[in-house]
Amino acid sequence: MSRKSKRNQPISASQEPQVPEAPPASRVNRSGIFVGAVIVLLLVFAGAALFYKGEKAQTAQTTVAKNQPALASEQSPTFGNPDAKVHIVEFFDPACETCAAFFPHVKNMMLANPDKIRLSLRHVTFHKGSEHAVKVLEAARSQGKYLPTLEALYASQEQWAVNHEVRADLVWSALGRVGLDLERLRKDIGGADIAQRMERDMADARALGVTKTPEFFVNGRPLPKFGLEELQSLVKAELRGAYP
Amino acid sequence: MERSSDSAWMLVFGCWAIASVSTLGALFFSEIMELPPCVLCWYQRIFMFPLVLILPLGLFPYDAKVIRYALPLALVGWVISIFQVLLVAGLIPEGLKPCSQGVACSEVQIQWLGFVNIPLLSFIAFSVMNALLFVARKRSPT
Repeated sequence: MSRKSKRNQPISASQEPQVPEAPPASRVNRSGIFVGAVIVLLLVFAGAALFYKGEKAQTAQTTVAKNQPALASEQSPTFGNPDAKVHIVEFFDPACETCAAFFPHVKNMMLANPDKIRLSLRHVTFHKGSEHAVKVLEAARSQGKYLPTLEALYASQEQWAVNHEVRADLVWSALGRVGLDLERLRKDIGGADIAQRMERDMADARALGVTKTPEFFVNGRPLPKFGLEELQSLVKAELRGAYP
Repeated sequence: MERSSDSAWMLVFGCWAIASVSTLGALFFSEIMELPPCVLCWYQRIFMFPLVLILPLGLFPYDAKVIRYALPLALVGWVISIFQVLLVAGLIPEGLKPCSQGVACSEVQIQWLGFVNIPLLSFIAFSVMNALLFVARKRSPT
């Protein structure tokens, strides 16, 4: 009974509020409070975000500075002039789409600055099944076909890396045109030396705080913030310093 | 009459403030600190984020019906947050966990003062929001 009367009330009440709405003298400034709260919340969020990012960049710098030996890449595939004064170390996962998108830009930077940039590539396996693709790369390296294999894998990535998961069976079909000795490759991928190198890459990635790919270090320094422009400007700055 | 409407308005406003702080906090954890949210966190977000937009619609002009629309969201979110708090406390056995991919929902990623973690913050937020909405419903001049 009481419920029914309650339900009926709003109908008559809906007209009522319009009358006291007119003189809002006794009311607190509602929209003022609300807008003020929105502004304060957004400012606090932006301030905290800026502060946190700054702190994080600083700790990343010190972690990398402390672990410089982990950047030593003499065991890793390295390209460009061995005496180049600008050394880029890239940690990547062959199944990572952003890595594939970055690679042509890295290559272009090297082409635009011949003999001034050296590039070392290091493997991490953050995607499911990436180990297989990395093993193929390492085995191709012993046949002197590392770069063509990497480019073939990148070019057909969406076929063999489905939903961030590497399909080992499909990786093979991506290698068709590279001209690899596939029989030898199949034997080599199980090698202990490859497993050892992969372990070392992962251990160094952990020491340097690499949790996402691609991660770049230019002459031992991490990017201040992830991005293609950040990479290009850091390389430019190092080039200017090394080749005035 | 005036006064009770003002206090109901403030209660709904307080509820919106908590929802907004929680939303921004959740986004801070996942987008700025880059902590991966577990599945239960996503479910709680589903019931928390809409309140940031729904509640203000009932604040200008004040419409007590918004409490009726917001309460189901706040209640379901509250139940999920209880579930996760029990999971973190180890009171629900591992096998019952609905999260199999990504981060385990029983994993504690942040801990302040030795016991404050993200699921607990979510539980507190949903609890206070439900309390505020219930009181507002009682006081609303309808």
